[in-house]
Amino acid sequence: MPERVLSYPQAICEATDQAMAADPSVLLFGLGVDDAKAILGTTKDLVTKHGAARVFDTPLSEDAMTGVAIGLALAGMRPIHVHIRMDFLMLAMNQLVNMAAKTHYMYGGQEHVPLVVRAIIGKSWGQGAQHSQALHSFFMHVPGIKVVAPSTPYDAKGCMNAAIRDNNPVLFVEHRILYFLKSDVPAETYYVAPGKARRVTEGSDITLVGVSQMQLECFRAQIYLKERGISAEVIDPIWLSPLDMDTIIESVRKTKRLCVVDNGWLTCGASAEIVARVCETLQGEKIQVKRMGFANTPCPPTPPLEDLFYPNARTIASAAHKMVKGVEKLPDERAELKSAEFKGPF
Amino acid sequence: MIERIYRSLYRIRRVEEEIARVYPSDKIKSPVHLSIGQEAVAVGVCEALEAADITFGTYRSHALYLAKGGDLKGMIAELYGKQTGCCKGKGGSMHLADARHGVMGTSAVVATTIPNAAGYAYATKLRKDKRVVVSFFGDGATEEGVFWETVNFAVLKKLPLLFICENNRYAIHAPFETRHPADNIVERVRAFGIPSMRIPDNDVLALHDAVDSAAKSMRGTDAGPVFIECMTYRWREHVGPNNDFHLGYRTEQEAQHWIHNDAMRIIGEKLAEPARKKIDAEVEAEIKEAFKFAEESPWPDAAELWSYVYKE
Repeated sequence: MPERVLSYPQAICEATDQAMAADPSVLLFGLGVDDAKAILGTTKDLVTKHGAARVFDTPLSEDAMTGVAIGLALAGMRPIHVHIRMDFLMLAMNQLVNMAAKTHYMYGGQEHVPLVVRAIIGKSWGQGAQHSQALHSFFMHVPGIKVVAPSTPYDAKGCMNAAIRDNNPVLFVEHRILYFLKSDVPAETYYVAPGKARRVTEGSDITLVGVSQMQLECFRAQIYLKERGISAEVIDPIWLSPLDMDTIIESVRKTKRLCVVDNGWLTCGASAEIVARVCETLQGEKIQVKRMGFANTPCPPTPPLEDLFYPNARTIASAAHKMVKGVEKLPDERAELKSAEFKGPF
Repeated sequence: MIERIYRSLYRIRRVEEEIARVYPSDKIKSPVHLSIGQEAVAVGVCEALEAADITFGTYRSHALYLAKGGDLKGMIAELYGKQTGCCKGKGGSMHLADARHGVMGTSAVVATTIPNAAGYAYATKLRKDKRVVVSFFGDGATEEGVFWETVNFAVLKKLPLLFICENNRYAIHAPFETRHPADNIVERVRAFGIPSMRIPDNDVLALHDAVDSAAKSMRGTDAGPVFIECMTYRWREHVGPNNDFHLGYRTEQEAQHWIHNDAMRIIGEKLAEPARKKIDAEVEAEIKEAFKFAEESPWPDAAELWSYVYKE
């Protein structure tokens, strides 16, 4: 079968388009969904195909529009609410945490909220403190809401289909740098179901778990490590809530070493959760664990400091090298393993 | 119509008086925000609605729940925390819901359900199902940004949404004057281009007529939302079964105006005594049965802790 290559935004757009064509209850709204830039192409042509009543821009009212999304869901619709930067979710927290996550439980199962909230994390080229936060762990903390952070175009489409079909609120975490990725994406509708991680590479020396864009960096780190004779097993959790711990624990049982690299801060974060659950399960076994993620600072826009703020394939490889061989070893940079970056002007 | 309105007013008043009577026994382990004195708002609105119409409310929604047709046994059992409660013991007094009767949800966080009502109204409009959606909230909710965001959106999209502001002039113990620069909510909302009015003195019949007319205007049309500020008064404390005049933030003298304008008494006096007594007796029997049902209902099983976190 010939490959059918789509970019990450094209994959999201295709999933949304197909879902809207198949189900008239699917709606799409948010700031900019129907404009010429179409949320970086993820909503391209959808207003033309599905009409302005189902695809619409909104006032700058994240709080109310999240509440509107919940009301639509209560009425039996399947709304998708888009935020071009995740930071805007802070304006929607009351509705997401106090209503969306609780409705099904609090009203004794009478009602439910099939809602997808898309949020894009920014990075590089001066995104700065308020446009590059990754706040998925806030939502992992709250029962009643699911969280997914696909890292490939294939998973972006499959997870979007699963999120739209889900009868619960789903926070759909995207990453601006992942938008540069292209991969094989089947034309038909398929589902990457909640609660199933993927073992991306098989290895025996160390387990690398990477979240969102850090999955890509872990994959590259694994290539650097191979040069040094270290065999890394890379796992993509894909869904952060529900979280597939079995796949991760099975891997750590084998490798005895775990490095979780989150695209986010460490304190009370996804990495803390994953490491804690591994340690609780494998108590008494001799294992090493490590966490990597954002520096414990706001994100600075100036490039030399921003570079220090994020882990990357080389720093991950170096940390893994230390866990396996006892010393850090920063590999020489290979051009093809560098992360894609924005080019100016913005 | 007068009989229906009286029955609903009397039923709500007596249910809540019974809750207050039982409360010291600690059988109701749920913070109760009683509507006693404010029944006219929920009754005036809901008697003008159709069964399929949709409502969203606040933590002070016993009156709304009952006026819209919510199941009384389910409500009392919910307050008792029993498995037979309308929310299976997972909602409590502040989160009553009876979706089958259009009571979609009530929330403890002020103003939170206002945009939910707008979302439902958008779906209604999209599906052309000719429902009217009503959002109940207090005067305090008009201090929240989400209220104004929702008014803006509702007017923009011409939603069949009725905003009912239950103005009892107090946010817990803070009087209206300390929270608003002017007593002009209606004028402020009207500036969005939305028909807005105030119904003074807890006037249930005037409210009923206003809602009847508003619902007719927006049902299945592009007329858009209507805002009604309903002046009313909470007789009891903010939360709990007692009076609170001893706290000093308001006076019994102030309350006299509202007790004089008690909608239940005024409407009751319009009925012939035998008709009124018949209604009273029927309601009393229903309330007795509901409390008995709650008392005798089972507690939830331990496994119920985990049910309904996620919908399959």
